[in-house]
Amino acid sequence: MNGPLSVATIVAALVLAAWYLLRAALDRAPSRFDLLAAVVLTALVVVLVVVAVIGLFDGDRPADTGTFAGYLITTIAFVPTALVLAKMEPTRWGSVILGVGCLILPVLVLRLQQIASVAGA
Amino acid sequence: MPEETTATRPGDAALNSGLGRVLLLVYGVFALSASARALVQISTHFSEAPLAYVLSALAGLVYIAATVGLARGGPRGRRIALISCTVELIGVLVIGTLSVLDRGDFPDATVWSDFGSGYGYVPLVLPFVGLWWIWRHKPE
Repeated sequence: MNGPLSVATIVAALVLAAWYLLRAALDRAPSRFDLLAAVVLTALVVVLVVVAVIGLFDGDRPADTGTFAGYLITTIAFVPTALVLAKMEPTRWGSVILGVGCLILPVLVLRLQQIASVAGA
Repeated sequence: MPEETTATRPGDAALNSGLGRVLLLVYGVFALSASARALVQISTHFSEAPLAYVLSALAGLVYIAATVGLARGGPRGRRIALISCTVELIGVLVIGTLSVLDRGDFPDATVWSDFGSGYGYVPLVLPFVGLWWIWRHKPE
């Protein structure tokens, strides 16, 4: 959970957040490229979550497995949710939605790392 | 690839569009995190801090109501959102103040403890933005 994959996800999300918020500041709606970038980010998150789930089955389980699973589901569904909302909003606010989503995602990944580091019996 | 047009919204655009949709995402996140947190607290160690956990659950319900109101839009959704954002504002101010003054009653955190410092003070700012947005959509 604490590997380079989560670092890559966090960095990618923050870079995208800066980009989306810049686009919003320039009064731009999400472009095809912006939406595709969010899809790529989702793919990265899917890989991260799959690796974490595999870890659940053959590694140390976090002490709070229920919470961990809840966060995994939230994390995997989060960017797609933002993406759906952004597609409904073809204005600058659509870019804000993607930007805010990409700011919240790193928080989710950090929480996952925190919960995972408290290994259970 | 043609540069996308930036549509400008009419002044009477719906409550659940524009900035309203951004608020919808943020309120949704808080609805989920506050109620999930309350659920875990109440189901695993309720006796440690019953008051704080009940307030946690209340905060979760308020965020859920606000999310529903914002998503619905229209006069009814606006009223739901207005009431829940007002309760949210009072809640974060009262619980924030109490948690700073008296640690005894709040041994464990809720979303509103210390004015939402555990959540980057977003819970403190959110009701102001929400109320401002709802206020701007006064029905004629």
